[in-house]
Amino acid sequence: MHADRLNLHGMKAIYLFEMARFRRTLWQSLATPVITTALYFVVFGSAIGGRIGEIDGVSYAAFIVPGLIMLTVLTESLNNASFGIHMPKFTGTIYELLSAPISPLETVAAFVGAAATKSVILGLVILATASLFIPLQVLHPLWMASYLVLVALSFSLAGFIIGVWARGFEDLQFVPMLVITPLSFLGGAFYSIRMLPEPFQMASLFNPVMYVISGFRWSFYGTGDVPIAASIAGLLVFLALSSTMVWWIFRTGYRLKS
Amino acid sequence: MQPIITTSGLTKTYGSGLTALHPINLEIRRGEIFALLGPNGAGKTTLISILCGIVVPGGGQARVDGHDIVRDYRAARRVIGLVPQELHTDVFETVWDTACFSRGLFDLPPDPAWIERVLRDLSLWNKRHDKIMTLSGGMKRRVLIAKALSHEPRVLFLDEPTAGVDVELRRDMWTLIRRLRDEGVTIILTTHYIAEAEEMADRVGVIHRGRLVLVEDKMTLMRKLGRRQLRLHLQDPLREIPPPLADWPLELGQDGSLLCLTFEAGEEQSRIPALLRRLGELGIEFRDLDTRESSLEEIFVGLVKES
Repeated sequence: MHADRLNLHGMKAIYLFEMARFRRTLWQSLATPVITTALYFVVFGSAIGGRIGEIDGVSYAAFIVPGLIMLTVLTESLNNASFGIHMPKFTGTIYELLSAPISPLETVAAFVGAAATKSVILGLVILATASLFIPLQVLHPLWMASYLVLVALSFSLAGFIIGVWARGFEDLQFVPMLVITPLSFLGGAFYSIRMLPEPFQMASLFNPVMYVISGFRWSFYGTGDVPIAASIAGLLVFLALSSTMVWWIFRTGYRLKS
Repeated sequence: MQPIITTSGLTKTYGSGLTALHPINLEIRRGEIFALLGPNGAGKTTLISILCGIVVPGGGQARVDGHDIVRDYRAARRVIGLVPQELHTDVFETVWDTACFSRGLFDLPPDPAWIERVLRDLSLWNKRHDKIMTLSGGMKRRVLIAKALSHEPRVLFLDEPTAGVDVELRRDMWTLIRRLRDEGVTIILTTHYIAEAEEMADRVGVIHRGRLVLVEDKMTLMRKLGRRQLRLHLQDPLREIPPPLADWPLELGQDGSLLCLTFEAGEEQSRIPALLRRLGELGIEFRDLDTRESSLEEIFVGLVKES
């Protein structure tokens, strides 16, 4: 047994442990986004959307689908990953992770991988739900899938940071509820920022979530509020920042080790 | 034989400024049961936590099975099993799943036969499908031990393993610990129950205010620092120690009806017959006698007071 080889069994154990929690709460995990999506379609797609008409040649009901998926994927990625690492901290079982022969990179990969898997599943469930209401086209399916995974991984990594930082369950909700959800609503989940008057249109360019949603919408319809390159660049910068922060956490033991 | 654990100048000062460990130099031998004793806040858990990777060392070095705990942490941790003081468990998991999880975490492939053996040894086999939240405190303690043993460790840290457990479980655990030692596992035990250390340990270390006050073979320690006492219940009370006995380390108690001779455990025991002969010559009669040895607890209290 080589001392420095990758701890694949350890990664698998953490990954399956996290996915087991998802399975235990499968009904709540899946029912909530499906019901929420259906409600959004009733309210925005049918009641209000009918009066809005088309945006960039796409019906309003179809236009909001990428935004709805991103709204859920962003918040679920943050929630899943933050809860995943915060729970052992809260219950004290973190001792086992810290005393195991598993590297920080492997630990993060397992937690973030599980959180991202759950988010991607939810995103696809919403996509399937939406397709029951309206005919959907996905212009760049490979891009859509890759982008979805990249977003889920990036925000799961950010969620991991939140989970380590949080001192209690109230802190866990702070970023998803008070930062991500408002930024998603203001970042073009339900409209194109070009519909906004100045200076709000300009202000939207400083909203990082807008770039995320715009990029995902591009994979569906080939258009977005900003060029796809800007979305991908923004996402990669976010991923790099989150990775650096996680590296720092493990290097210093911030809120993990005394 | 190389010691399985060595620490050299190991220190720890927490962010609050509290120095939990002053330089600790310690060697733990392979296959022994080592009891680390100390009052609350002495540094026992900090020392264990550093060796296991839970707390970052402040300075110094430590090696487990020849591997540096920082540079070669994977190899060091692979041989360690830890049973923490608190009952930290994944309450929604089943006993079986949590044991399998621990084995995987320590980079071992699934081995249902081994997990079954561990669970049977700990009388958990019938509870294997139960969620941990449904178990009693004693059973949860067994689950923690099962998790620690799931990856077949060569070193087992037991941090206050019998705190709050009933007599039956305590006996079971002592039996298990002895069997593990017989199988070659090194056991490091911290405990408040000195009687436990007295019963179990091969060697004893006393830590107080972050300093290792003493490390000694238990029997040697009790011989060196222990005391023996002969207590004679006199037929007729004495007002004072008779002058012919002034050279003897005698004390009177219970209004003169109890005569006590106290001497070091290692001293020659022929003093007792000599004293009895002398008492007979002086016509001092007694109706009963008993002897007692100081316990490890008394030695421990004495050491802590001195330090």
